[in-house]
Amino acid sequence: MKTDPRGVLTGVHYLDGDFACGEGAMAAGCRFVAGYPITPSTEVVERISRRFPFMGGTFIQMEDELASMAAVVGASWSGTKSMTVTSGPGFSLMMENIGLGAMMETPCVVVNVQRGGPSTGLPTMVGQADMMQARWGSHGDYQLIALSPQSPQEAFDLMIEAFNLAEQYRVPVMFMMDECVGHMTEKVVIPQADQIEVVPRTLTTKPPGEYWPYQVNGSHIPDMVRAGDGYRFHTTGLTHDYRGYPVMSADCQDESVRRLVDKIVLNADRIAHFDEEKVEGAEVVVLAYGITARVTRMGIELARREGLKVGFLRLVVVWPFPETKIRELAGRVKGFVVPEVNLGQVVLEVERCAAGRCPVVGVPHAGGGVHDPQIICDAIVRAAR
Amino acid sequence: MSTTAERVESAQGEHPIAPYLRMDRIPHIWCPTCGLGTVVKCYATALEETGLDLDKVSIVSGIGCTGRVAGYMKLDAFHSTHGRAIPFATGLKLGRPELNVTVFSGDGDLLGIGGNHFIHAARRNIDLLVVLVNNFIYGMTGGQNAPTTPMTAKSSTMPFGNFERPFNIPHLAASCGATYVARWTCLHVRRLTKAFAEALGRKGFRFIEVIAPCSTLYARLNRLGSGLDLLRFYHDSAEVRHGADTRELDMGFQEKFICGKFVDSERPTFTEAMNEHYSKILGDRYVPMTPEGGWIHE
Amino acid sequence: MKYWRRPLDLDQVRIPHGDVIIIADRCKGCGFCVEYCPKEVLRMSEGFNRKGYHPPEVVKSGECVNCNLCEMICPDFAIFSVATESVQAGMPSPGGARGERKEGTL
Repeated sequence: MKTDPRGVLTGVHYLDGDFACGEGAMAAGCRFVAGYPITPSTEVVERISRRFPFMGGTFIQMEDELASMAAVVGASWSGTKSMTVTSGPGFSLMMENIGLGAMMETPCVVVNVQRGGPSTGLPTMVGQADMMQARWGSHGDYQLIALSPQSPQEAFDLMIEAFNLAEQYRVPVMFMMDECVGHMTEKVVIPQADQIEVVPRTLTTKPPGEYWPYQVNGSHIPDMVRAGDGYRFHTTGLTHDYRGYPVMSADCQDESVRRLVDKIVLNADRIAHFDEEKVEGAEVVVLAYGITARVTRMGIELARREGLKVGFLRLVVVWPFPETKIRELAGRVKGFVVPEVNLGQVVLEVERCAAGRCPVVGVPHAGGGVHDPQIICDAIVRAAR
Repeated sequence: MSTTAERVESAQGEHPIAPYLRMDRIPHIWCPTCGLGTVVKCYATALEETGLDLDKVSIVSGIGCTGRVAGYMKLDAFHSTHGRAIPFATGLKLGRPELNVTVFSGDGDLLGIGGNHFIHAARRNIDLLVVLVNNFIYGMTGGQNAPTTPMTAKSSTMPFGNFERPFNIPHLAASCGATYVARWTCLHVRRLTKAFAEALGRKGFRFIEVIAPCSTLYARLNRLGSGLDLLRFYHDSAEVRHGADTRELDMGFQEKFICGKFVDSERPTFTEAMNEHYSKILGDRYVPMTPEGGWIHE
Repeated sequence: MKYWRRPLDLDQVRIPHGDVIIIADRCKGCGFCVEYCPKEVLRMSEGFNRKGYHPPEVVKSGECVNCNLCEMICPDFAIFSVATESVQAGMPSPGGARGERKEGTL
């Protein structure tokens, strides 16, 4: 389905990552944004608040992040594509209602422009230490999808993908930018509206009376409805059955929660995509995402000058993690190197998937800046021994 | 396809409220002598009287005993997280402006954890009807002190009696900008129904506090008898004073209190103010969200 | 109804009447209907329903005026009244209003 052209700012622009992210949301058809100011993400909603009045969108600055996330879930149930934008401290506040979104199976997008943490941390400087929180932040068992752009152009392109994935899998999608990409200004090409494919929400074709909100026939993803169409449905954050009614039993919990997890896990190979460069035949494979991917290229270049065969696997979708690929590579490479602007988060996933078959060298960075490429190069050299 | 709320014919011998309830979930979980069922009956009756398109009426409730209202009403109903019913309802309403959204929640949910959202929604005059069922305690979790528990009343977390001053709820709502503020009890069934019907026809942040008996926790912990004893207390102690100054509406423990309609005014809602403002500033370039919402379809 | 003097338009006034229908198995014995029926038509019965509560029963047949207060105040949706033929004021009520006990859905 083609997107609404009123949201597409076609042309060649010079934009920072935050602005590009906002443009991506508007191009994807997002028409409701509830947010709360927090550095370094505020520019996203500033841009949206300036452009929404021209395309039938509603922006409301809520009183806090808890309200923002609740409003986003509510707006999604009225049928509108919705999104919120925050950084670390706000992300923590939103966790309860992200869990609600996961439990009610609500399509929505949460943008986290990561900064140094924990707590108030470094408001204006980069971090990537929320990656595990994106996966495990809310309580209970659930799965969702997280993306990581490396440039303002990708901040635009991946936002469209984020909304599409959200609609397809009925899940909150975490858009894990970082402050560097958010505040970096680069060329962003926005195509014509008719070149942007958006995935429409799968609304049920059943008439009211025959529709139950969480009834699935084989697939893991139920058809959705929206408030106001006469379906008189009920949905709740409590463990519920196919009727959307709360059922307090272990059997219902098993069935319900397993499906929430399976709908992502069983489709992980389709969802998790990445960029590969010279991975075939490599001695060492470097995994990176976000701004670290940009720095890593220099580190790899330095290592290649020393004669090493280095492959680069750039994670675009971080959750679900591309387990199949890593497990397969673990048998063939001398080692993995995982530079991150945190003290080791995604590296733990790589270690888990490598399962001891090859060494995994993390290159941590506490935050506030990016790696010195030489340090990444040194790690690659170590891994190759 | 819509259903207007005419007196829908229920099955022979079935209760008149049946078309508005999820009968497959009745009997409900509320305790004997709890007032919540009465509030639901009054609301359903009011819906019928107003003739609103029921397909466009949505209910959002929070967590707690009152939070279960969403589960029993046969409307688009959302049982959201604790304290967040109002922002959830805000998103729902702003995402599809033609919806008529009612928030049902309890005193702890709306004024404790949800206090911040309450005051801002009132300030912004979001077009919602908020029904706060006040039983002066956190019932579902076992009887803890609430922001509305009267002084000296006992609760499970204030076993020697409450020493915190409670909220004067109508005063709070009015001072934050609610355009319709009323307080009734479960006993005042006719006036409550009329208040619901009246409020459903208004716009803006409309607020109705309904004082309801909680026999299992509040009454038991304070040795006040059953819900029926509390209704008798309401009968003896409630004074109807429409238009009373909200500053005088504090409630003491088992003391005389005032009910009535205190505020009935009009102010542009959030959406109206937004549309008017942008139209003025942006002229023809302004594209308001359609009543059907930001839904994009082929 | 007793009047302290005879109203001038008594022959034009018609008093509504109703039948009380009780869905006994839904009742939780709260006593609201018994307490607040303006015509004192009800009392708590000696018998039990399936859940062990005492549902109400009609004691003053013919007195129900279909005011619907029981229907409004019952928290368990277990009682309501339906209109029967209205009666001219001052005349005795016809027959008896049944207080029908229905085995309700549980």
